[in-house]
Amino acid sequence: MSIYFTESHEWVRVEGDSATVGITQYAQEQLGDVVFVELPDSGKDVKKGDEIAVVESVKAASEVYAPLSGSVTEANSALDDDPALVNSAPETDGWFVKMVLSDKGELDGLMDEAAYKDFVKNL
Amino acid sequence: MTKTADTAKPLPLADLHRKLGAKMVPFAGYSMPLQYEGIVAEHEWVRAHAGLFDVSHMGQLEVRGPDAAKALEALMPGDFIGLKEGRLRYSLLLDDNGGVIDDLMVTRRADHFYLVVNAATKKADLAHMTRRLPDGVSIEERSDLALLALQGPAAADVITRLGGEVSTMTFMRGSPIRIKGSEIWISRSGYTGEDGFEISVPVKKAEKLAKLILDDKEVKPIGLGARDTLRLEAGLPLYGQDLSPVSTPVEAGITFAISKRRKMEGGFPGDERIRRQIEDGAKVRRVGLKLEGKQPAREGAAVYSGDAKTGVVTSGGFAPSVGAPIAMAYVAAADAKDGTELKIEVRGKKLAAKVVPMPFVQHRYVR
Repeated sequence: MSIYFTESHEWVRVEGDSATVGITQYAQEQLGDVVFVELPDSGKDVKKGDEIAVVESVKAASEVYAPLSGSVTEANSALDDDPALVNSAPETDGWFVKMVLSDKGELDGLMDEAAYKDFVKNL
Repeated sequence: MTKTADTAKPLPLADLHRKLGAKMVPFAGYSMPLQYEGIVAEHEWVRAHAGLFDVSHMGQLEVRGPDAAKALEALMPGDFIGLKEGRLRYSLLLDDNGGVIDDLMVTRRADHFYLVVNAATKKADLAHMTRRLPDGVSIEERSDLALLALQGPAAADVITRLGGEVSTMTFMRGSPIRIKGSEIWISRSGYTGEDGFEISVPVKKAEKLAKLILDDKEVKPIGLGARDTLRLEAGLPLYGQDLSPVSTPVEAGITFAISKRRKMEGGFPGDERIRRQIEDGAKVRRVGLKLEGKQPAREGAAVYSGDAKTGVVTSGGFAPSVGAPIAMAYVAAADAKDGTELKIEVRGKKLAAKVVPMPFVQHRYVR
């Protein structure tokens, strides 16, 4: 299992051909109180960089992008009742979607944890 | 975003905001605190205790001259001739078509009128008023003054603990008072729906006063984010979103800003159109909407009655004290009645919403 990060502050945990996607601690701090998350239906096919979800904080709506191409297998229904999970546990219980990857070669374009930490430090 | 924040003008309390851990954002040309602890926590704190807002970006103006009251009546629909000393009136600068140029507070002081106008509009307001005020009536911007707002149920106790005498001051009244040896101007007014005060203080003394107020354990600093959610719940329009030259006061549902005598006599810009709308009703109205579910609708979202577009959201978001998303919108008069079921389109989805009376959260003014 490996975790990767994007410059738009999504994380993706990869296990074989499956992946779980969410937004980072840094992203939730920037967004502030999350009040609603619009999630895709399972079965939806996405390309890397497509809008995959929208997260609404008190102050604004922000898009979340697919870090990798593939097909959505599950959206986190716990976020319907408790969108604040994105604030309290962004990198665990506050995950957004699970997906099956179609092109693992795309992983090359993502950052590992150390690279992402450096990236955030320089923002 | 960061670049704009750097070029935006700092507020007099910029250092204090930074020390308090504020996240600063550019707003109306100023670098303003968006939040300290978090918008929802700050919002809830104001409803339960008291919050201190730095609103020094707003314009503080003084209008003086023997005919100042009459001159202001030629620009706004308020009764300023009849306004007693130490009383505030919410008013509107109107264009000749009855559209709203700005909304503002007008206070009669002993020898002049004191106006508080919006930050984004203050330059244009000054130009407009300078052009229209007659000889012998002057207008001056007091950029040497800071403006603080202390809002919430504990606000009066906080001022009292600092030695300020406000026990006989009711809503929409103001007077000079002394706090710790300094004279400040204070009025019982605000933009949250809560009891509270607005305090005009020389820039040089502002930080000291802010620190004294923040030393009270009932007070926390509150940013622009919570200011917006609080005013939205209180049903108070925000200029530039809910008010603009496109809409008249009747359409905006703020005819209370047109004093009784002025309604009868007219003599303010756009009076014909506005008086006709008061008689016959306006074609569109600003309404409050409560949404079903949790998804918020924001400024610009289209509002539908059945399949027909009836209007547009001008402000909207999650309302912490309501626990649901709410919005203000302009809709066709036929769809403006309380209880009307409408839809708001957000990213292709139509969300169910219902017209509800405003305020969304009861005002708690001390009258």
